[in-house]
Amino acid sequence: MVQELRYLKETPSQTAGPYVHIGMTPNFCDIGGVYEADLGNAMVNDRTLGQRITVTGRIFDGAGALVRDAVIEIWQADSAGYYNSPSEMRGAADPNFTGWGRCPTRAEDGVYSFETVKPGNVPFKDGRPMAPHISFWIVARGINIGLQTRMYFPEETEANNADPLLARIEHRERVATLIAAKEGPVYSFDIYLQGPKETVFLDI
Amino acid sequence: MSDIPNRRPETGAFFGRDRSWHPPALTPGYKTSILRSPQRALLSLDGTISETTGPVFGHSIIGEMDNDLIHNFAKAGESAIGERIIVHGRVLDERGRPQAGVLVEFWQANAGGRYRHKKESYLAAIDPNFGGCGRAITDGEGCYAFRTVRPGAYPWPNGVNDWRPAHIHFSIFGHGFAQRLITQMYFEGDPMIWKCPIVGSIADKAAVEQLIAPPDWGNTIPMDARAYKFDIVLRGRRSTMFENKLEGN
Repeated sequence: MVQELRYLKETPSQTAGPYVHIGMTPNFCDIGGVYEADLGNAMVNDRTLGQRITVTGRIFDGAGALVRDAVIEIWQADSAGYYNSPSEMRGAADPNFTGWGRCPTRAEDGVYSFETVKPGNVPFKDGRPMAPHISFWIVARGINIGLQTRMYFPEETEANNADPLLARIEHRERVATLIAAKEGPVYSFDIYLQGPKETVFLDI
Repeated sequence: MSDIPNRRPETGAFFGRDRSWHPPALTPGYKTSILRSPQRALLSLDGTISETTGPVFGHSIIGEMDNDLIHNFAKAGESAIGERIIVHGRVLDERGRPQAGVLVEFWQANAGGRYRHKKESYLAAIDPNFGGCGRAITDGEGCYAFRTVRPGAYPWPNGVNDWRPAHIHFSIFGHGFAQRLITQMYFEGDPMIWKCPIVGSIADKAAVEQLIAPPDWGNTIPMDARAYKFDIVLRGRRSTMFENKLEGN
């Protein structure tokens, strides 16, 4: 008899539900005194290197309604293109930049917002540079498994044109769903869960 | 950010997700999923360094009471009302390797099924000594544990008479952003598990059973708290011996 391949199965995902804030951002939903601050609400400090930017936007459902109860996490390289992670073997990341942020969409207007820095280039698996990007992970009531996507920068036309992930998008008009709009240091990145403007989501 | 000792970081890409094991995006029995599920296919790509890396949190973020929901919101000398339980388990990856130093967050309703959230309008009373959130970082063997009260079942506006089984929400980090997972733990023997449209979003019965924690009599503390064991499996990752070499760095 052949040897057995003994892999465990990944724990199945379930929705984060409408009260995800209780566990992930308790201070945001008025549960004070348990944690000093909500995790992931400060990615930068006074000494962080790089170009300061704001990344903001909203999430829309298939009927065009705002998703006001989502939580977004982002993960990105520092301004030099290094990740603040033990799995980063290429060099040391900026110790004053976490690379990771967490923000709920506000109940009033559905807006999320991150104060961060513009990420540097990081390489694709074959060594080609990927265009600067921020990885997104979105959870909410009605979303059974977290949605992954990426935000790219509109001024990086050349890098975006050469980006190995963007190049994989068969329907070229959908590339635009991953590129933010820029106004000064503020990048707007709206996410459409469903419908004609649907954002490209990743299985990655 | 990391304080995992003596451990060579893993850098390989993750095993692809078995999306027939996970719930699909569109599960009409769970009504909110209808307008919040993408209709286009996901774009598949073998993981890059943007997904094989991820945030790791030091023990410095963990307060003394963070894994004691009976007391972390209670007034001095008081405690939450309900069945006292301990929930514990290991975080492993698909290869069975313990995931050391990973952050596990959990949240839940109180013993009556009431969440402490302004959007919540269920008639059951708030417990003034129960907040409902906690967190822990796994030890070198991947183990976590917390004390809490067993949450109550709770009604929700999906079908006319839908009730969630007793459950605890879990958010788990691994060592790579692609391992990020949110799930729910259920309690063995709860008859409502098999009636719930959110549980029913998972097609495979064996996958549902992976979310059901059995009572752990061995770890029950007499005259104090019963125990439930809930192990969590995150995506495994490939060995890196034949990965493409990164160039140009």
